[in-house]
Amino acid sequence: MSRKKELLSRVGLRLDGRRADELRRIRCKLGVFTQPDGSAYIEQGLTKVLAAVYGPHQVRSKQKAQHDTCIINTQFSMAVFSTNERKKRPRGDRKSTELSMHLQQALLAVIKTELYPWSQIDVYVEVLHGDGGIYPACVNAATLAIIDAGIPIKEYVCACTASLGNNDIPMLDVSHQEEVIGGPTLTVAALPMSGKIVLMEMSQRFHLDHLPKVLDKALEGCKDIKAILDEAVKNHVREMGSSTGWANTTS
Amino acid sequence: MFTTKSFIKKNKIGNFLKNVREHYIRDDIYCGVPTCNKCKNVSTSNLSSAHVNKCSLFKFNHFIILDTNIILDQIDVLEEPFICNVIILYTVLKEVKHRSLPIYKQLNAIIENPSRHFYVFINDHHKDTYLLESEGELINDYNDRCIRKACSWYINHLPEAKFVFITDDNNNRKLAIEENIPACSITDYVKHLDSSSLLEDKLSRKDHGPKEGIDIFPPHLSHGQLLKGVKEGPLHQGTFRASRDNFLEGFVNVEGYEDSVLLQGRNGLNRAVDGDIVAVKIFKKDDWVCPSGIILEDEGVSGENIEDVEEKEKALKKSQITQNNSEIRPTGRVVGIIRRKWRQYCGILQGASEGLFQIFVPADRSIPKIRIETRQGEFLKSQKFIVTIDSWPRYSRYPHGHFVRALGRIGSQETENEVVLLEHDVPHSQFSEEVLNCLPKLPWIITEEDEKKRVDLRSIDICSVDPPGCTDIDDALHCRPVDGKLEVGVHIADVSHFIRPGTAIDLEAASRATTVYLVNKRIDMVPELLSSNLCSLRGGEERFAFSCIWEMDHEANILNTRFHKSIIKSKRAMTYEEAQLTIDDKTKTDSLAESLRNLNKLAKILKKRRLDNGALVLASTEVKILMDSETMEPLDVEAKKMFETNSMVEEFMLLANISVAQKILQDFPDCAMLRRHPTPPASNFEPLVKAGKHLGFDIQIDCGKNLATSLDNAVKHDNPYLNTMLRMLATRCMLQAVYFASGTLQKEDYFHYGLAVPLYTHFTSPIRRYADVIVHRLLAVSCGSDCTYPDLLDKQKTTDLCQNLNYRNRMAQYAGRASVAFNTHLFFKGKLNDEEGYILYVRKNALQILIPKYGLECTLYLVKKGEESLFEYNEEDQTQRAGNVVLHTFDPVTVRLKLDSTNIQHEKFTLQLVKPFIEGFSVSPMNELESNKMDVDSTPKINKKRKSENSKSSKKNKPK
Ligand SMILES: [Zn+2]
Repeated sequence: MSRKKELLSRVGLRLDGRRADELRRIRCKLGVFTQPDGSAYIEQGLTKVLAAVYGPHQVRSKQKAQHDTCIINTQFSMAVFSTNERKKRPRGDRKSTELSMHLQQALLAVIKTELYPWSQIDVYVEVLHGDGGIYPACVNAATLAIIDAGIPIKEYVCACTASLGNNDIPMLDVSHQEEVIGGPTLTVAALPMSGKIVLMEMSQRFHLDHLPKVLDKALEGCKDIKAILDEAVKNHVREMGSSTGWANTTS
Repeated sequence: MFTTKSFIKKNKIGNFLKNVREHYIRDDIYCGVPTCNKCKNVSTSNLSSAHVNKCSLFKFNHFIILDTNIILDQIDVLEEPFICNVIILYTVLKEVKHRSLPIYKQLNAIIENPSRHFYVFINDHHKDTYLLESEGELINDYNDRCIRKACSWYINHLPEAKFVFITDDNNNRKLAIEENIPACSITDYVKHLDSSSLLEDKLSRKDHGPKEGIDIFPPHLSHGQLLKGVKEGPLHQGTFRASRDNFLEGFVNVEGYEDSVLLQGRNGLNRAVDGDIVAVKIFKKDDWVCPSGIILEDEGVSGENIEDVEEKEKALKKSQITQNNSEIRPTGRVVGIIRRKWRQYCGILQGASEGLFQIFVPADRSIPKIRIETRQGEFLKSQKFIVTIDSWPRYSRYPHGHFVRALGRIGSQETENEVVLLEHDVPHSQFSEEVLNCLPKLPWIITEEDEKKRVDLRSIDICSVDPPGCTDIDDALHCRPVDGKLEVGVHIADVSHFIRPGTAIDLEAASRATTVYLVNKRIDMVPELLSSNLCSLRGGEERFAFSCIWEMDHEANILNTRFHKSIIKSKRAMTYEEAQLTIDDKTKTDSLAESLRNLNKLAKILKKRRLDNGALVLASTEVKILMDSETMEPLDVEAKKMFETNSMVEEFMLLANISVAQKILQDFPDCAMLRRHPTPPASNFEPLVKAGKHLGFDIQIDCGKNLATSLDNAVKHDNPYLNTMLRMLATRCMLQAVYFASGTLQKEDYFHYGLAVPLYTHFTSPIRRYADVIVHRLLAVSCGSDCTYPDLLDKQKTTDLCQNLNYRNRMAQYAGRASVAFNTHLFFKGKLNDEEGYILYVRKNALQILIPKYGLECTLYLVKKGEESLFEYNEEDQTQRAGNVVLHTFDPVTVRLKLDSTNIQHEKFTLQLVKPFIEGFSVSPMNELESNKMDVDSTPKINKKRKSENSKSSKKNKPK
């Protein structure tokens, strides 16, 4: 009836050749900069994000400092060349502010802030290229950068999107093309090990019947991403360790 | 998990934006050949090692790989179950989908049929068959290269199996053979098949081969030139509509011109076929003319001879000189076709010629004759069959096409029904096993669970009133006094209880959209068990209903409305006539009779109020055809009888629909399915206003209320039928009422012009209309007796659904009319009688005559071929004068009616004037005695045999 493009072909492949439950390719690297205390780079498909962490350090403005916890300051920005049409400004618009706050929310859930009273941690994320799933990539990059900075966390916080293909089949990790064609997108940030959900956002309304299976799919995605990040962290540590000769003693 | 070789695709859109997309290449795509042991054959492939493709061109059994052009051009050949074990490459599938959605759907149906052994190989995500686009390569060349790559891969992958590549692209075939891929054209392949002759008829001939004569049409511009021309201005794009009466005339509606552009003659039409999207060049204003108004039939018998066309073109030219300038229209000519909208056409052989090439005459008069190649000419002469057009070369007078399938003997009821259904795109195949499995198991019983959920109304005296012989009763009524007020209930069959969303039966019903009524056949929207039994509110049986109950005062003011699901037991299923007799019979005082009287009283008040608000009373000639149930021949044709009770039922149905519309819009502001009737543009009313002016009536068209009033006032006592005719003209000015989703329009556009209500929907006939099923579901959610599902709340889905419903409804209406026309013709076959009629329109060379008794509208030609006309046409006053007799619009006349069957596809009535008598033109009246035996009005015939009826009733067709 509808002339719209199908998100899932009759043979079960998506427009870019993935199956419904497959993530895009994820490549990531920790410690990409030397200047910040921690940094990471992540590619999820064509979405590319850099994250840098400074701190914990003293709070610059004394009024904001808190005696029992540390402040987490997040800043999201998007390179002007990161999307098809050039953006006018990289940060400060409503969407950026919102994403910054959401990122802060996700990080607050895992960082052991009580260890750093009177302090502040700055997290900067920069989207170099956006091709769908910007927020998840930012969360995942920030997690890696925090780990790189050696800040204690309770567990990984990972994020992932999911949507509905052909109004029936939940699809993982939605690309920009699919976002444009398809229906509602669900974004979830979660603690995959304990299964807690930190943040959940829908681009449009889902029918209640569909929500559970899409949410399950997104959580599954978070777990898969966690495994990939974990692998990257271990490799990084091994590499760092081998250069100092420390890894050999522990393994 | 998957291979992660990604690639970058650049796409330039508009402002040269760079589009980068990922493309994943996988290693888990399998060849699908059952004997292969290299692949883990986990996928469910339909390819069979048992099936053998027997083509003498190749000495071995083989799998077939098809090129895109074969699927696009030869889908009719592929539909025959001869060619099996076919591998469809994903590149091909995507291209087919891009080029033609209907063919893509057909192809999918074939692929899904396991007995055809088709398999889809996803070559462009396979690690070995994926190719990078080279710099500057055309997309077609790239696709061809991918297809050949996949062929080679298969050959290397399975050296012991054989593969044959079929393509009609000579270049691609040549390259394939160079790469050692066995390849041939579809024509060669089919010719060497074991059972070729039938398939050969179905071959589409796109490559016209050698030129067969001189060019008789101007060339078309190339696609690029057309698009450029349309974009820059000198050309205009629009849909071509062929005239049904004059094969050398057609129209195109283009933007920027109020009137449609007139195209005339061979050069003007230039091979456009009705429905095509064409580009036209518009002539200078000096060359603009009016439509010729004459009727020309294509009498050509062969594809080559064009002398008669040239003659007719001259006649057309000549007729233009005498035109005056009042109706001048822009003229132009077709310079190219932007998109062909060719479909399948029903028709017959012209039958005059022998040999391989034959002329096919489509039943649809706006379609030109088609030249086909067939080896079964003798057989086809007795058949109605389907043909599709392949091409229309410049040298050919007629388009070239090919035979698709035969429908049955010409003139038999069954064949004609089939033709009517096909021509109107009515889905009418048997319900599939899957659909039938959704039906409830018999015996069906009402459980305690059901009783808990529903209000028990079994004790109330409810009855239904319908036309005689009605088996799908979807509404019943009651009325009883409660505390000095009246409680009125409308109870509608609870179809949505049985048809659950998303099930096979639901999808089928949504696609059918409506039950279609032909004269002797009903094509149900839902299987008979539901339509005629479990849903039908039959007398004396317990049924589920959705009730709409009002508390009213005696002035028919609604004090309170409530909706709930219920269980009812109709006391009696009555006909309109029975109900009328019950009301009129003062001796009957039982509760049923009282309740009918109350309903009737309220209905009259409601109707008056509605008309005072500006609702229109429109007229149309609806006839009932009485059929002999054994021979299935029409016994009689008569205008439908109307009782007060018809209007009584109608009023309450309207009221229920309005009440439900208010309720669902309130609860679902975004996705309620409503029905609107747009206000017609003033230009639509021109013929009506003109006709009124000639008679001295001022027809006001500025708003519905004024139109209704001025129609009421247009009465002449010497011609009581005049008012009805004016109303008929008014009906023809109206636009179609349509379904829509509430969120897609502004509130003021919800208006229903004909009924003069701000909100309307369809709730009362869920057995035979799918819109009502959706409305039931919405209402059920509103009153908490059912839950929602995603598609119900999706505005876009609802809009898509509305589009289908609107289309199907329109087609169902046309199909019903076509069926009545066919049976009327059957009834009049071999009869000759004089009938009373009225002049509906005065035309230049003819009168349009309405015969109300049979609901017929026929043309009375005033000029015989090759004769001088006796009549003088006055366009200003719309009159024809002969001597001292002047014929005006709406004048009563007597005409002799005879069915002309010379053209068996278009039997038509030929009329001769009897009264008024005009020397040298009219015929003298027939002997009274002779015509008496035809007189059917004198005594109402009581037909002992079972009567079947054509369409359900006027009430059903009313809210248009
Ligand atoms: Zn294989």
